[in-house]
Amino acid sequence: MEVIKIKGTDDTPTIILDQDSGIFEISGRSLPEDVTTFYEPILNWLEDYQDVANDKTVFTFKLVYFNTASSKLILDILMKLEDMHESGKEVLIKWFFPEDDEDMEEAGEEYADIVDVPFEQVSYTL
Amino acid sequence: MDKSNVKGFLEFVYDFYRSMKAHEITLVYEGEITHQITKAFTSLTESNMAKQSEANSVQKKVFHVMVECLQNISKHADSFGSDDFLFAGRGIFMVSKGKEDYHVTTGNVIENDKIEELTKMLDHINELDKEGLKELYKSQMKEGRLSEKGGAGLGFIDIARKTGKKLEFHFLPIDEGSSFFLLTSSISRNI
Repeated sequence: MEVIKIKGTDDTPTIILDQDSGIFEISGRSLPEDVTTFYEPILNWLEDYQDVANDKTVFTFKLVYFNTASSKLILDILMKLEDMHESGKEVLIKWFFPEDDEDMEEAGEEYADIVDVPFEQVSYTL
Repeated sequence: MDKSNVKGFLEFVYDFYRSMKAHEITLVYEGEITHQITKAFTSLTESNMAKQSEANSVQKKVFHVMVECLQNISKHADSFGSDDFLFAGRGIFMVSKGKEDYHVTTGNVIENDKIEELTKMLDHINELDKEGLKELYKSQMKEGRLSEKGGAGLGFIDIARKTGKKLEFHFLPIDEGSSFFLLTSSISRNI
């Protein structure tokens, strides 16, 4: 599949979706002007990827900030990964949060509650 | 303006300045809220807070609240008067800083027939404790679809969660069809 590489800005995250190297990552800040348009190609990519997915997909979230409009789209991404998991593919979500950022840690816990997919919380030092 | 008007106007500017100082207002804006404005205000406030060595968690909370408040105006403020006079998506936005708290305040025109639903939503949020807010956020995220304007109905809940305080709001009548909706949120500077 085509590789998606989006360089982050001060209001949009860095996104890498690369099947061959097994890198699936969203990081940085997310408050795009138009969230739906911004995340549409990502959701479409994941939709197509489901059918040809690697044996194991480790999807990394390493966000430092996202607004409430983005939170809904992040859930949509997680739900696509949940579908993949349900169809028998191995999926692991790695949710990185700065060690002193309780809100980001809690956001990860909440998503883990909502979606039924293996979920790992990883703290890191900025 | 003739001479006496100019003097009156300049005195008003000074009074305005003093009143801003008295209320410790660090940022005030009236007009259309665009994405560019949101970026400019948040980065301005961020760098001010960083200069004053405000705690990281306080900076983050202020940033969160500002973004959600600004987006509320840009997506939900109604127009007032004829369409070519004032446009929708405008409002007043204010940040003030006291000894104990930061205050983020917004004001915008709202059609009267939306007041009841909005009041219900805000009262409901104010009745909930931490755990209740968390559950509401989760269920809204799951069930609530993004409206055509991109609002997810999550902004108010997020503000209440990040500040840990009740949402203070007020409606002032403008005319038969519309009112002015004011909302102020406080972020404690002591962690």
